[in-house]
Amino acid sequence: MLQISRWTVIFTLLLSLLSVIYAFPNVLDKAGQEKLEASMPSWLPLRAVTLGLDLQGGSHLLLEVKTDVAIEDRVNTLVDQIRSDLRGKNIAYENLGQQNSKASVTITKPEQMAEARRIISSIDQGLVVEGQGSKLNVSLTEVAIKEKKRQVVEQSIEIVRRRVDESGTREPSIMRQGDDRIVVQLPGVSDPERIKNLLGKTAKLTFRLVNDDVPAADIAAKRSPAGFEILQSVDEKSGRAEVVSRRVMLTGEMLTDAQATFQEGLPVVSFVFDGIGAKKFAEASSANVGKRFAIVLDNQVISAPVIREPILGGRGIISGNFSVESAKDLSLLLRAGALPAPLTVLEERTVGAGLGSDSIQFGLIAAFIGFAAVVILMLISYGLFGLFAVISLFFNLAMIFAGMTLLGATLTLPGIAGIVLVIGTTVDANVLIYERMRDEYKNGRTLLGALDAGYSRAMSAIIDANVTSLIGAVLMFWFGSGPIKGFAVTLSFGIITSLFTAIMLSRLMVIYWVKTFKPKALPI
Amino acid sequence: MKFPIRLFPENTNIDFVSKRHIAIVITALMVVGAIVLLFVPGLNFGTDFKGGILIEARSNEAVDVAGLRKTLDSLELGGVELQEFGTNKDVLIRMERQDGGEEAQNKAIAKVRETMGTNYEYRRVEVVGPRVGEELRHAAILALGLAMLFIGVYVAVRFEWQFGVAAVIATFHDVFVTVGLYAALGLEFDLTAVAALLTLAGYSLNDTVVVFDRIRENLRKHKNATLKTIINDAVNQTLSRTLMTSLTTLLAIVPLVLFGGPALHGFSVAITWGIVVGTFSSIYVAAALLLYMKPLRGIPSGIGKATEAAV
Repeated sequence: MLQISRWTVIFTLLLSLLSVIYAFPNVLDKAGQEKLEASMPSWLPLRAVTLGLDLQGGSHLLLEVKTDVAIEDRVNTLVDQIRSDLRGKNIAYENLGQQNSKASVTITKPEQMAEARRIISSIDQGLVVEGQGSKLNVSLTEVAIKEKKRQVVEQSIEIVRRRVDESGTREPSIMRQGDDRIVVQLPGVSDPERIKNLLGKTAKLTFRLVNDDVPAADIAAKRSPAGFEILQSVDEKSGRAEVVSRRVMLTGEMLTDAQATFQEGLPVVSFVFDGIGAKKFAEASSANVGKRFAIVLDNQVISAPVIREPILGGRGIISGNFSVESAKDLSLLLRAGALPAPLTVLEERTVGAGLGSDSIQFGLIAAFIGFAAVVILMLISYGLFGLFAVISLFFNLAMIFAGMTLLGATLTLPGIAGIVLVIGTTVDANVLIYERMRDEYKNGRTLLGALDAGYSRAMSAIIDANVTSLIGAVLMFWFGSGPIKGFAVTLSFGIITSLFTAIMLSRLMVIYWVKTFKPKALPI
Repeated sequence: MKFPIRLFPENTNIDFVSKRHIAIVITALMVVGAIVLLFVPGLNFGTDFKGGILIEARSNEAVDVAGLRKTLDSLELGGVELQEFGTNKDVLIRMERQDGGEEAQNKAIAKVRETMGTNYEYRRVEVVGPRVGEELRHAAILALGLAMLFIGVYVAVRFEWQFGVAAVIATFHDVFVTVGLYAALGLEFDLTAVAALLTLAGYSLNDTVVVFDRIRENLRKHKNATLKTIINDAVNQTLSRTLMTSLTTLLAIVPLVLFGGPALHGFSVAITWGIVVGTFSSIYVAAALLLYMKPLRGIPSGIGKATEAAV
């Protein structure tokens, strides 16, 4: 074990040196770090390790995409399709309807059953059509549902990203988790209320005609004519409800832009339709001059102005009871687009910047004291060899920071605890090696024999001990989220690098000590 | 004074194995104690597992906890718990999850903020839904179970199955007794607590592995010695390093208990306790268990052979 190849020496020294260089930015203050990063060439990215939200302050949101709602929406359009297709082919039917994610229809004439079945099946490949007497049950296949859900989650992530970006949050991170969940991390956000409000809205915008012929008594009794529905107005105070056509003239998907602006001193939202939208808007407004149309957002009427003249330019203004802030938010939502399914917040964790910096302070103090105590113990117990262990420990800490920085891992508050723990466990390998040297020396080996046996014989125990620690850390990574993952990463790193420094680096020092000073006795 | 100093005696000849009955009684008492503590007072589950709302706030003056409790109780938000946290200016508010979904949680937080006024800085807000809480509970139990299983399998592969079984029992003992500590001290049992337990599961075995390694070596070396002698010798020979490695880790972690701040307090207390218990169980539980399981002798493992040849 005392024979060591030149290449191993070079490799060990190079790695140790590099890790100190890469870890260096972490001891600088914020300004120093930025200066250093700016002055470095891009192939030598020197920056500090990323701090977790619990250390730098920020908000963590776990969202769930209600994919079931999207599936129901899909079946809803399917029902419309079945209606128009059956009508088109003159097939008599009744009781066409939807229960959750299933549609059903009763075919009145038995002789048309087979054809009806063929027509419905040909709407989409991903349909299952089952006959039950004169009734046909239509549902989506497993594969189609899975595919639809996948699409919905992907679209949702995209929309969430646009909304968060537009809200002006710096460096947000938006990731998928599991099948139908999205993790949103917002560094520096100490009150996520606004973002939660933005994400909580589906923002489905529709333009529909208003039916003003329904008596107020019917509206109060929630009775609407066929093809219409009663929707509440956003403005809670007025408590107004409008009878709105189920037929949608235009949707928010046809918008190319929306901006918050002012009209007669009041905040409003201006919008621009794309080519198709502008054409439809022109047609619909020309045909309905004098009538009212409702601007509906998520099944609530924002406003319902009268069409005074045909609107030809594809531009318009939504005026409602807006504040500057809510006009801004609505224009943002319209620009970012509608979510394909609603989102719910399953979990929220917000840490203020003050708590984060306090945590770093506490952690640093504890780490320094722990480090000092371990250094003293190693020096008084093993003298020169203790110093070797302490130097290895120093390089190990550098390696943890360098490695985490390079891999883009995040340092969290439990991660600091992980580093403290690693300070204690790194020297354990040295302790095992040195104690073994003592044993062998006492049992009559020569100095060189004892040094050699110390490394080779302690090895199996060192590896076994570290592998078991690593098993715990890996399972923690798998199990944990956020801060706990950060702890697992830091600990795993520390365990692996400690093996390197304790075995390679300290051995190198022992070898050079032997070669240079030609000692006669074991100094421990 | 001769330098370097030996902190632990080198040539001990303590008959650990014969004292195993005392150790077994102590172990049994601790395990039974932990079981009892799990029922009374029970674990103080944190928001992570229970679901609900947690707010950590700092006032610019000393907090009148009793007064604030009364005020918050009057909001009728269900069970509200208050606790001083760290300094007398910091207060931790825990609320049950509000009925009525996401909106209800936000409203409750807003209501509390409004009531507490502008004298407070909100340092931490956590809202955990009941579903997430339940998932985390399951994942925690699964992770701990798997950790012990994998560690046991690893030790069984590296040594022999008897060692693996002994390792799993010793690890389980350490983890379980530490859970007992959480109950006894009323420390908040949250995700960080599970991280502490997983760390301990891995770490508490370090000493055990060192002792096992020596037992295996002695089994090969002294083919005619009794198992009792072999275990006793191995524990004695490795005693100073077992204590030394535990001491280095303790020296690093104890400052975290004292100066690490309230957020890591439970974690570091648990690790400290676990290291002490783990050292004890390495010597008494793990090694003594081998006596009952009678590992086969003289079967050299691959690693043992390789190192032997290298010497």
